[in-house]
Amino acid sequence: MLLNTISNALSTLSEPWWKVFYDFSSLTRGIDEGLRSSMSEFWAVTVEMLIIGVVFLLFYAVIGLFLVIAERKVCAFIQNRLGPNRIGPFGLFQTVADLVKLLFKELIPIKNADSFLFNLAPYIVIIVNFMVLAALPYGKGLHAIDFNIGIFYVIAVSSMSVIGVLLAGWSSNSKYSLIGAMRSGAQIVSYELSIGLAIITVVILAGSMQLSEIVEAQRTGWFIFKGHVPAFIAFVIYVISGTAETNRGPFDMAEAESELTAGYHTEYSGIKFAFFYLAEYINMFIVAAVASTLFLGGWMPFHVGNWESFNRIMDFIPPFFWFFGKTFFVIYLIMLFKWTFPRLRIDQLLTLEWKYLLPINLVNVLVMAFLVLMGWHF
Amino acid sequence: MSNEWLILFFLVGALFVGLVVVFAGLVAPQSTNPQKFDPYECGIPTEGVTWLQFNVGYYLFAILFLVFDVETVLVFPWAVVMKDVGITAFIEIVIFFVILGLGLLYAWKKHALIWE
Repeated sequence: MLLNTISNALSTLSEPWWKVFYDFSSLTRGIDEGLRSSMSEFWAVTVEMLIIGVVFLLFYAVIGLFLVIAERKVCAFIQNRLGPNRIGPFGLFQTVADLVKLLFKELIPIKNADSFLFNLAPYIVIIVNFMVLAALPYGKGLHAIDFNIGIFYVIAVSSMSVIGVLLAGWSSNSKYSLIGAMRSGAQIVSYELSIGLAIITVVILAGSMQLSEIVEAQRTGWFIFKGHVPAFIAFVIYVISGTAETNRGPFDMAEAESELTAGYHTEYSGIKFAFFYLAEYINMFIVAAVASTLFLGGWMPFHVGNWESFNRIMDFIPPFFWFFGKTFFVIYLIMLFKWTFPRLRIDQLLTLEWKYLLPINLVNVLVMAFLVLMGWHF
Repeated sequence: MSNEWLILFFLVGALFVGLVVVFAGLVAPQSTNPQKFDPYECGIPTEGVTWLQFNVGYYLFAILFLVFDVETVLVFPWAVVMKDVGITAFIEIVIFFVILGLGLLYAWKKHALIWE
């Protein structure tokens, strides 16, 4: 019956089916109307909830698993080796096999651990991930919830994941976990500031916090080009602090293998460990997706002034692919950082944030405000 | 979609973790060996209390963070209306940032930003 509804929705579209890739709103509206006409209001909403829930679950799992294999492949590429290449074509199913393995591993309850908080921590980390993914614009008309304070919501909720990390470290009853969690807490809260200020630079330029409006404001040019030098500085600061925010190398103090075994998730085993691992990669995706939405135009194609034919060719690539192309470009940058820079000490890490990034950022916001005031941006 | 749909995403996350953990609990092997439940510490038995006191430096940075984070929350609404209000908003934020910068400078000179 569901398939019937979807095919009905597809057949009522006025354009050919592949037009859906350019604007998803007609598809979602079609499904909505199809469901509402064939069943009562209550069931229509329930089925819609189910569809959205399943779609986001699949999306979450696919992105998480793909990023893990991508990371290993990028690492192998930089270290001049093959990387995983046994399971499936080019080893693509390696992470699926890993996940199945972890699913069948024993869940070890640690002696004297605070078992309630110990079990609660993965929930917080994963729920926060899902709630942030709901607010991102993936393509034209492909936007689950469009808050009017979108970007503010995203940074507010994504910083909640530090609670999960701190709980995991504290409740584990292990010294490694505790030290890892404290380091990670200090690091995440410090770099939170830089992220906030870099985002404010963009909000000044866009004059709105709603993500769909921010993307729409970049129709004539991406903010990284529109905003002169301050926007570029903000982008660089955002990527650096985003890397630190996700606890990735060179800022992976929280799970420095050589000193802390695995940091805050040392005591987690089996699938509970997998949740933390997955959440780390989804966090990286979120950071990259926000970077591409704010600075690189979200799903807007690349346009150059009045090159009509060039712009037409760029329009031919669906917005959906633009968004993911930009996001994976930023993800590749972040992975490159991890495998090419040595790990920072914690004092260097805090010095970088408080003595360099924060003062630069404060001045940068003022410069951007001045530019916008004078109308000197493009 | 309206904002109430956020509850759906909360539930999806909670159900995802809950169901997978329950499933793993059913299929995963259970074996008992008293030593397995010890917290990891390089293979030797854990000494003393685990929830020990740690460096006060973390608290210092947490307090500094609190100041600057509240400031970020204050600046967000300003950033939205900056274009409309114009030069007044700009002068006000310059004064605000100067005071904030003095605060940072004070912490800097007091060596609060040095990790020990």
